Amino acid sequence: MRLAFFGGIYNNYLALESAIRDAKQRGVDAIYCLGDMGAFGPHPDRVFPLLNENNVHCIQGNYDNSIGNELNDCQCGYTDPRDNYFAEISYAYTLQNTSQENRTFLKNLPTEIRFDFGEHRVLLCHGSPRRMNEFLWQSTCSTHFLETLADEHEADIILATHTGIKWHRKLSEGRHFVNVGVLGRPENDGTPFVWYTLLEQDPSADRPVIEFIPVEYDYRRLAAEMASENLPDEFIQTVHSGWWTTCLEVLPGKERAAGKF
Amino acid sequence: MTHTTDAPAVSLHHLDQLWFQVAGTLCNLTCDHCFISCSPQNDSFGFLSLEQVRERLQESVALGVKEYYFTGGEPFLNREMVEILEETLRYGPATVLTNGTVLKDEWLNRLRAAADTSLFSLEFRVSIDGFSPETNDPIRGTGTFDRAMKGVVRLVDHGFLPIITAARTWPDTEETAVVNQFVETLKKSGYSRPRLKILPTLQLGAEENRTHGYREDERVTAEMLQNFDVDHLICSHSRIVTDRGVYVCPILIDADDAHLGESLNDSLDDFKLAHGACFTCYQYGAICSNSSHQLTQPPERAS
Repeated sequence: MRLAFFGGIYNNYLALESAIRDAKQRGVDAIYCLGDMGAFGPHPDRVFPLLNENNVHCIQGNYDNSIGNELNDCQCGYTDPRDNYFAEISYAYTLQNTSQENRTFLKNLPTEIRFDFGEHRVLLCHGSPRRMNEFLWQSTCSTHFLETLADEHEADIILATHTGIKWHRKLSEGRHFVNVGVLGRPENDGTPFVWYTLLEQDPSADRPVIEFIPVEYDYRRLAAEMASENLPDEFIQTVHSGWWTTCLEVLPGKERAAGKF
Repeated sequence: MTHTTDAPAVSLHHLDQLWFQVAGTLCNLTCDHCFISCSPQNDSFGFLSLEQVRERLQESVALGVKEYYFTGGEPFLNREMVEILEETLRYGPATVLTNGTVLKDEWLNRLRAAADTSLFSLEFRVSIDGFSPETNDPIRGTGTFDRAMKGVVRLVDHGFLPIITAARTWPDTEETAVVNQFVETLKKSGYSRPRLKILPTLQLGAEENRTHGYREDERVTAEMLQNFDVDHLICSHSRIVTDRGVYVCPILIDADDAHLGESLNDSLDDFKLAHGACFTCYQYGAICSNSSHQLTQPPERAS
């Protein structure tokens, strides 16, 4: 059994297309998306046919909840005025360019998915199992906190997204916490790649193996389309350079220091 | 003054943030707006030893604490502070709130090494209450602006990105100008990507003399909590360890009803929002956490 998990797509339908192709070439049995279909990129409605035609199982992120319910903001959890300024631009653009049919699709998505993977109970959520827009960063989560999440939410493998940066922590009793990364934008590492996560069973040891997969896609085309849609230059710069230029104030010290800005 | 009879109670959802009053109320400075009136003479709360901190760190594991915070007074007056932070970084993320005036290279070299070998973030929050000696020093004391800025530069030189924390002692209308001047001053000093957190003042302790205390009607009511996301209130996710036991939050350690017990496990009961400071926490939300923010409006109510 081999499964693929995508994090936030942020309208990046080109990266989504590449990731689906890559996952299929690797022979995955199913593909899941952990929410936040919109934000940041161009042409929101181009994401949905890809999800539908490729039978991607989706859960609702905070962005999807906002677009689906036509709320006033994205509920991303930013607290800094500059971060909120850019979030408002992409939210207004995404809401305006998401069809009624797709808004309804987002509104009706489940907020979590559970299934068994061998002996392991898997829980898929957007931010955390307890709050859709909670940021779980590698450097601000003690291991015993993650153990408590696994205990309280009765899961052996928790997969989440929302922060935009992938990470994995092994827990006690063969349990795991995984932030699957995102397809929507590079992860502040100075490269244009985006990332998804593969989960498979190690046949020799009967234990789950988690692997992060880099995705190459036509980021120059994405950047050109963002420019023609009048999306902010700061976003386009990130697509090219791989360094975040916005949403910086939510980053903890360690993750912020690893970036350029 | 408190109104404990009518005040609504908040339960601890999960102990995410564990605070340590690691320097008690002892500080090398005597700031005019300090909500617990810290000074070189105020020993109503004393230092916590490494051993006392270690005992609570061990207790915190079973409770699933997410991150740890250290405050005072001035934490770096505690001679075991470097060891305490080194130990904490083995458990989880650590944040220390300092006035930046007593930092030594030798300590920061050790803390740099500890932060580099830890999975977790070590954050410094440096209190500066104005972007110049003229705006800062009347509140924090003569010469404190220059001394704190030297501390900021020292932290940056050691690869840290300190969060500059300022209490809003200026009119709301001047906020944008003040923030811009802060950023400019920090950049000129060599801190190229400054992080800034603006806090509301708390009308307690020394601040009551500088301006005024809370009015009788500045209290949280049960009605105000309807459809309000109580996760914005620090008492829903935090407790603080002092040398006199465990209190509900870092703001209320001078209040008798905020003393909840001796151990963490004794201190998990509901807390009544009977204080004026609870009103500030309600108004501004998450004022004690690390997020850089300058909220001037209450957080949006959950739908």
